Amino acid sequence: MKKSEQIAGNVAGYIDDRTGAAGWAKKNLTKVFPDHWSFMLGEIALYSFIILLLSGTFLTFWFDPSQQEVVYNGAYAPLSHVSMSASYASTLHISFDVRGGLLMRQIHHWAALIFMAAIVVHLLRVFFTGAFRKPREANWLIGIGLLTLGIVEGFLGYSLPDDLLSGTGIRIAEAIIQAIPVVGSYLSFFAFGGAFPGHAFIPRIYIVHVLLLPGIFLALITVHLMLVWYQKHTQYPGPGRKETNVVGYPLMPVYMAKAGGFFFIVFGVTAFLGAVASINPIWLYGPYTPGQISAGSQPDWYMGWLDGLVRMAPPLETHAFGHTISWNILIPGLIIPGILFTGMALYPFIESWISGDKQEHHLLDRPRNVPNRTALGAMSLSFMLIALANGGNDIIATHFHLTINGIMWFTRIGLFVVPPIVFIITKRICLSLQRADREIVLHGRETGRLVMTPEGEFLEVHEELTPEQKWTLTQHAQPAPLQLATEDAQGTRSKSAGIKGKLRSRMSAANAEQIAAPTAAQARELEGGHH
Amino acid sequence: MSNELAGVERFEDPGLPEHKHRKADHDAIAANKAERQVAILFLLSAVGTVGTIASYIFIDTKKFIYLPILGNTNAAQLALGTGLAASLFFIGIAAVHWAKTLMPDEEVIAERHEFRSSDADRSEFVKTVKERSGAAGLGRRSLIKRSMGVALGLIGLSPLVLLRDLGPLPKNQLSTTDWSSGVRLMTDPGGRPIMPGDLEVGSVAQVLPELPAGTERTLENIGKDAVLLIRIRPEEFNLNAERLSWTYNGIIAFSKICSHMGCAVALYEQQTKHLLCPCHQSTFDVTRAAKVIFGPAARPLPQLAITVDADGYLVAKQGFTEPVGPSFWERNSA
Amino acid sequence: MRLNKFRRNRFAGPVLVVAALLTVGSAFSIASALPSAQKSEVSAQSTLVDEGKQIFLKGCSSCHGLNAEGGAIAPSLIGVGAAAVDFQVGTGRMPMADMSQQAMRKKPVYNAEETAALAAYVASLAPGPAAIDPASLTWERDGNVAQGGQLFRTNCAMCHNFAAQGGALTNGKYAPSLMGVAPQHIYEAMITGPQSMPKFSDKTITPAEKLSIIAWIKSSQSEPAIGGASLGRVGPVTEGLLVWTFGLGLLIAVAVWLATKAR
Repeated sequence: MKKSEQIAGNVAGYIDDRTGAAGWAKKNLTKVFPDHWSFMLGEIALYSFIILLLSGTFLTFWFDPSQQEVVYNGAYAPLSHVSMSASYASTLHISFDVRGGLLMRQIHHWAALIFMAAIVVHLLRVFFTGAFRKPREANWLIGIGLLTLGIVEGFLGYSLPDDLLSGTGIRIAEAIIQAIPVVGSYLSFFAFGGAFPGHAFIPRIYIVHVLLLPGIFLALITVHLMLVWYQKHTQYPGPGRKETNVVGYPLMPVYMAKAGGFFFIVFGVTAFLGAVASINPIWLYGPYTPGQISAGSQPDWYMGWLDGLVRMAPPLETHAFGHTISWNILIPGLIIPGILFTGMALYPFIESWISGDKQEHHLLDRPRNVPNRTALGAMSLSFMLIALANGGNDIIATHFHLTINGIMWFTRIGLFVVPPIVFIITKRICLSLQRADREIVLHGRETGRLVMTPEGEFLEVHEELTPEQKWTLTQHAQPAPLQLATEDAQGTRSKSAGIKGKLRSRMSAANAEQIAAPTAAQARELEGGHH
Repeated sequence: MSNELAGVERFEDPGLPEHKHRKADHDAIAANKAERQVAILFLLSAVGTVGTIASYIFIDTKKFIYLPILGNTNAAQLALGTGLAASLFFIGIAAVHWAKTLMPDEEVIAERHEFRSSDADRSEFVKTVKERSGAAGLGRRSLIKRSMGVALGLIGLSPLVLLRDLGPLPKNQLSTTDWSSGVRLMTDPGGRPIMPGDLEVGSVAQVLPELPAGTERTLENIGKDAVLLIRIRPEEFNLNAERLSWTYNGIIAFSKICSHMGCAVALYEQQTKHLLCPCHQSTFDVTRAAKVIFGPAARPLPQLAITVDADGYLVAKQGFTEPVGPSFWERNSA
Repeated sequence: MRLNKFRRNRFAGPVLVVAALLTVGSAFSIASALPSAQKSEVSAQSTLVDEGKQIFLKGCSSCHGLNAEGGAIAPSLIGVGAAAVDFQVGTGRMPMADMSQQAMRKKPVYNAEETAALAAYVASLAPGPAAIDPASLTWERDGNVAQGGQLFRTNCAMCHNFAAQGGALTNGKYAPSLMGVAPQHIYEAMITGPQSMPKFSDKTITPAEKLSIIAWIKSSQSEPAIGGASLGRVGPVTEGLLVWTFGLGLLIAVAVWLATKAR
């Protein structure tokens, strides 16, 4: 035995004596993970989180959250002798006096934007492939939690430097808090330690941003990953893949290399962005004061949809009995987001209620085979995109020679008109794709080659699909809509006869709309007919 | 797996397709080539690290270089960043290329196990919980149950109460500003008093109130006191008598703090006489006392009544007659 | 091909049309270039105000009225002063190319001498602010960049954006970018308040403060892209776009490569 092997053996023995780790280590080193690029989207988010932790820790060594007023006399001349908060001054110091400081600031902020983008595409992948179904509902809930907290964490993070743009964002956040009925002004004064902007808010959100939320993130991400580990990852349907197995590659060495390598790639791309693309140039915005504002003020992209909703809200306020309720703030700022995120969180349970599906699922759906869900997802996405577009309506207007008024009206109406249209179109496209699948399984792929029979007839050669392809296109389960009994055996009207039951039946029927997958028997019949 | 077509004959699962071998699996030359490629990639990373450290030490932080697309960029920041990016990126590419070309790529099948515990285990669990909670006496001893409920219910209140000193009560702070009768309008920045003649028709000025001597102006003051002064021709006003009396010779003053969500509304369109708030595009008509004509704001901007004092400088006639800024529950909005 | 035969060729029609277009187009270009030649001839003969009046009558009166009294489509120029003319004509905004919402900065139609003549004519109609002599703007020596930034952020950024890149106004109007604008034009814009822009009189923003604003705008213009490509200096919108295109796009491309079997 080589010396290195001997040492490794000793170390392993040392640990195993104390923990019994050898058994589970062996089991887990050989754990199988299915391989698909769309399974790596969550990894992008995970690695971005690690990058955020590392770059963020660096920044905390120089950042000062205090709101004490200082007069700047650092390296950036266009701000010399300008009064500003210590937090803004320390951010300038990091950007101009600390070597690598601006690079780290930019890496940190780019990583945050990528983190949120990766969460969104990961969520879309999980949604459209039905990976949230039993037994993974808890992981879906954790994911929605991570999404929500990520939005908050990002907002708090870019608000720390107390520059004109982010300070404006805090002003708007304060107005939302203040608008809450009954307790709004109290909550605002408690959060800000008095009148806006106050001295307390930024130091307080600093602790939330660097301690509280990262701690919660670590815990949630750990549970999220443990569940994936324990329940095993889902896989796309295909030859040899069943609900009862996982087909893929072992953790050691393949996944360690690929996943570990991907971490370095994500870090490298983020670092590259930090090197070549300017982000959040706070020295150009100037320090925050409530008397100033810049044209084209927006939050970061993941809050753009919120800004868009607030911009398009109708000017509704109720003034009654000496009190004011600002619907124009509460509806787009709290109520609609609340409905959206609650709906998202509950979706696995809603879908299983509609379909009556209580089974475990480890094989993913091809989106075309679940037309209702795919259409619903496309519809929700179109809603968010329209809101997002309105969030940037002034930038869009100046660059494409449109008017902010026109864009506003387009999105106000579009928000209600476009999603149902997208739903219908998406569902029809899914059903068409199912029809196309059926055609290609039964009749084979049209090759475009023409053959002339001795009789002079021209036929197009159809290439039959391989057994693997046929299986992949037809393996999906196609459950029937729920048949809810309106009466039980004795003739008594059952629970499901009421409105709730009727609604469920109708939604179940709509949900189950499918093109029947072809069977082997049908294929043989056709074959017989062809020749 | 329940299946509509369970009874009908379905296509068969042909099983895992035959494994296709890679070049490097059977060709030693190809394998060595792949190994060299991986090695080069790792070395590129090392070069990146050396470059990063060298640029940290040797490149002057004040040096700028011109590059297409990037423009004039800071050389040290660019070198540090691209060096760091390269050092990380190439490790990743090397590891992935190694896995793809040389590590075993035969698909492995592992069986899933049912999560569900056996019925026996489940009933054991239920039995255990029942027995032991029974032993604790929770079910029988209702006095314990109720008093425990009281204690645990109350304990959560202390931390909440301890947070009371997070901030003062708002009292009337949201409804008061530093404007009152006789307070002079001062330019922002600059702090100079203004005479009506200083403003031409079509001009604007950002103003703040003159504070008592020795008082420092805080951001909290500015957040309530900021005012926009606009001069138009007096005949262009479309105001009732009272509001017209708050203007002076075509000069009108509004709170600059948006009645929607508090951004500074200072964007004045001279020809249309509209004020635009850039945050959410609320548009206010200056000739009609900042009436909202577009956007989500529900209330006009509060108007400040102005006149001139004995020295001819513009002063407030009185404070604001309503709270400035965004709405809140206690706001008695007309 | 003899001409007679060509008449019956099926391409005859199109060829003739193209030839006609080229002829008319060239003639128009030549003709529209002529007035400048004519104008320089005129200047040698008249006084500045007269020359200005001639140019005005030819190029401006159709919208601004024969006596610059204005009308339905263009405002009166009486009292706007030489400063307004120097700004509008010097930045190419006037004559306006089309009747859109807003006059755009473009290549000036009139040269410096013609602009001065027009300015002199308009100034002769009624008192108004005088054109600013670039030499008198000692912004490099007397302008305080930091103070200029404070002034800009309080008085200008809400329309022109924090980095003077421009911004949207209502109904298709916009505050233009201030990059590459001559100092005297910046000054003149502040005192004359062109179109939607309000006036900033010398009492509310003193001449010294205006010099500082110019100094800051110039500093901002020449400021290097410190952190890398500036992405337009319009804030988070372009940053988000870059993430969703280059950032995530590249990473997904790498993921696809990663999961593909090697040959």
